[in-house]
Amino acid sequence: MNAQTLTTPATATVAPRQRMRTFIDRFAMPIIFVVLCVVLAFSSEYFLTARNLMDILRQTSINGILAIGMTYVILTKGIDLSVGSILAFAGICSGLIAAQGHGLLAALSAGLLAGAVLGAVNGFVVARLSVPPFVATLGMLSVARGLTYIVNDGSPVADLPDAYLSLGDGKLGPLSMPIVIFAAVALLFWMVLKYTTYGRYVYAVGGNEKSARTSGIGVRKVIFSVYVVSGLLAGLAGMVLSARTTSALPQAGLSYELDAIAAVVIGGTSLSGGTGSLVGTLFGALLIGVINNGLNLLGVSSYYQQVAKGLIIVLAVLLDVSRKKQR
Amino acid sequence: MNDVLLEAREVSKSFNGVTALRDGRLTLRAGSVHALCGGNGAGKSTFLNILMGLLRRDGGSIRRNGVEVSFASPGDALAHGMAIITQELSPVMGMTVAENLYLGREPTLGGFFVDYRKLRKQAQALLDRLGFAIDAGRVMSELSLAQVQLVEIAKAFSYDCQVIIMDEPTSAIGERETETLFAAIRSVTANGAGIVYVSHRLSELAEIAEDYTIFRDGAYVESGKLVDIDRAHLVRGIVGRELVAVDKEKRPASDKVCLNVDGLSRKNEFSDVSLQVRHGEILGIYGLMGSGRSEFLNCVYGLTSPDGGNVLLDGKPLPKGDPAATIRAGISLVTEDRKDTGLVLSGSVRENIAMAAYPSLSSLSVINGRRERALADEMIGKLNVKTASQELPVSSMSGGNQQKVVLAKCLSTGPTLLLCDEPTRGIDEGAKQEIYKLLDQFVRAGGAVIVVSSEAPELLYLSDRIAVFKGGRIVAMRDDDNLSQETLLHLAS
Repeated sequence: MNAQTLTTPATATVAPRQRMRTFIDRFAMPIIFVVLCVVLAFSSEYFLTARNLMDILRQTSINGILAIGMTYVILTKGIDLSVGSILAFAGICSGLIAAQGHGLLAALSAGLLAGAVLGAVNGFVVARLSVPPFVATLGMLSVARGLTYIVNDGSPVADLPDAYLSLGDGKLGPLSMPIVIFAAVALLFWMVLKYTTYGRYVYAVGGNEKSARTSGIGVRKVIFSVYVVSGLLAGLAGMVLSARTTSALPQAGLSYELDAIAAVVIGGTSLSGGTGSLVGTLFGALLIGVINNGLNLLGVSSYYQQVAKGLIIVLAVLLDVSRKKQR
Repeated sequence: MNDVLLEAREVSKSFNGVTALRDGRLTLRAGSVHALCGGNGAGKSTFLNILMGLLRRDGGSIRRNGVEVSFASPGDALAHGMAIITQELSPVMGMTVAENLYLGREPTLGGFFVDYRKLRKQAQALLDRLGFAIDAGRVMSELSLAQVQLVEIAKAFSYDCQVIIMDEPTSAIGERETETLFAAIRSVTANGAGIVYVSHRLSELAEIAEDYTIFRDGAYVESGKLVDIDRAHLVRGIVGRELVAVDKEKRPASDKVCLNVDGLSRKNEFSDVSLQVRHGEILGIYGLMGSGRSEFLNCVYGLTSPDGGNVLLDGKPLPKGDPAATIRAGISLVTEDRKDTGLVLSGSVRENIAMAAYPSLSSLSVINGRRERALADEMIGKLNVKTASQELPVSSMSGGNQQKVVLAKCLSTGPTLLLCDEPTRGIDEGAKQEIYKLLDQFVRAGGAVIVVSSEAPELLYLSDRIAVFKGGRIVAMRDDDNLSQETLLHLAS
């Protein structure tokens, strides 16, 4: 491969062997991703078809949207275990509004609001009351799931109007709606993280909270806000999921937080905060999507898929650890 | 030569093709304290890490009692009678002093149950023998920073090692603890142990060490007896050139008051502090650890809220408890511990410099990348920060350069008043001088500076006036030219 062109100028003077090492460390995940795709392309003629690739993207979109919010949270050294439950709650809330015929805009607003409000509660408990994020969002995982059952007595909302369903099966050119939403969200939040002061503050707060505070950054506000972002995106994902499955289910999104966290971690964002990127997360989410899809195509049981996914998560962190050890 | 405990020759090491150490040499005699001197980036830390088995050397030889050795881990080094006290403290804060001292080698009952009584007795005996007034039964988190450092020092002594490496052991402790430490050092060297002592405080070296070795730019420069040379010779060896003194006499005095603090108090920290700083002036604050000096600065800056009193900046009241507003009003704080509160270590040089200045580098909170890079370039040039690129992480830089980045961050918001808390702690002589010069330039351009330092010579050298803190109050405000180090210490203790 063209190792030469891909190395950055900073490492250009390094001996060839070390350069190879740096290269492998740096691009390990993309390499695994490409290798996996090549293997799958040879083992299943269906894998590389446009239709299948679109399927992968569409299946990745829900987890991808969750993982974007999760990236923000993890960058500040936090964690959000409640996204799966918030997703279900927002799905039911917006579904109910839509089913009562209040129009798409009202339904969308309701879903986003429901997600943002629960996220804000998370943020308040973490930032203001100083409850560790793991505990605060573990509580919300249960509370939000309970609320989801309470709101509609544990039944799904099935009679969703066509306008609402278009979130799931609509198309914009060749792209289906979930992919379009996913891409738009990814682009927006990538830009916010990269080009705004807010994005820089998210990194600073996770990198060194005390230093951020001394620099006049409103640390609590930033921490509060990332949980709102995570809740909001979970709300959005909930609506897309309901539209795709044509009904809002109260048991939707069970253990989705694990895939979202996995995508972030595989993407190289450190759980200790301050380092990582959204592009990495997107790669992570895609990798999970490809594994699920590929193993399905090969007729491997979903039990093995779990094992494969678990191994890859640990492998990803292992690479990260060995990279740090080198210094 | 069997009285040589440790001999290292031509030790070298490089990271990713960058040479950190070209030629490390040291000969440690039994019963001596050996000062290892050198600026940041001179290769001292790399060298010590190799000695202790934390890093593996690329070349050269290390002989312990005349036998060639190569340690794979600090445990390995310990087994050969070598212990280290590092700058970075790593105690288990929830455990008691005794548990920390004997972590991993607790006396047991039947090989399984910890014998707490014996542990406690053993630990107390050790502390008493060293003359450290610490109760072995206290929980670490209840101790002051200085006491924690003493416990770490006691731990290194507890292995009864023949070679003890001390990397800046006094950076976190006050003058009185330093005396206790020196007494302990003298008693172990009298028993034939050898100590490698690293410190940027040159006056300390003169007091405790006999031999010296100087490193510069990753290589051995010279070694000998400290009695044969003077301080200027040592500084020249470390810096590699003559130093230019700050021209203190001709600093213009202005009548315009910049900061006016009136009766500022905060419970359990400091009370009724009143002082004024004029434009064009450097005010020094001297005090021992725990005198309330850092707490006072943090409160003025807004990291904490005062219980009473007022602060005026250029005649206008300063908002309380809001660092962002304080920065807007024109004050910056250079914090005491650059790794703990100063820098985002995972961030790049550019991001760290721009961190506090983003409001002025952005419109509608979108960052203007070009202006951000220009600011970073300007600051890197102005402060002479040594880095290949502004994109490199600050964690890869030496202490002196990191401190310059902290200063750059503080200057980039365009302050009129700089609060500096130990601005030169743990950095080398050359970088110190550069920072003194910068502060001097800053006040000459009309700014004002408050410097808190526990190094009296630094304050005497730098300040126009010196306020002495003791027990949370100002006990003296001096501006005499013939103020001495002894007088300051006397006033503060």
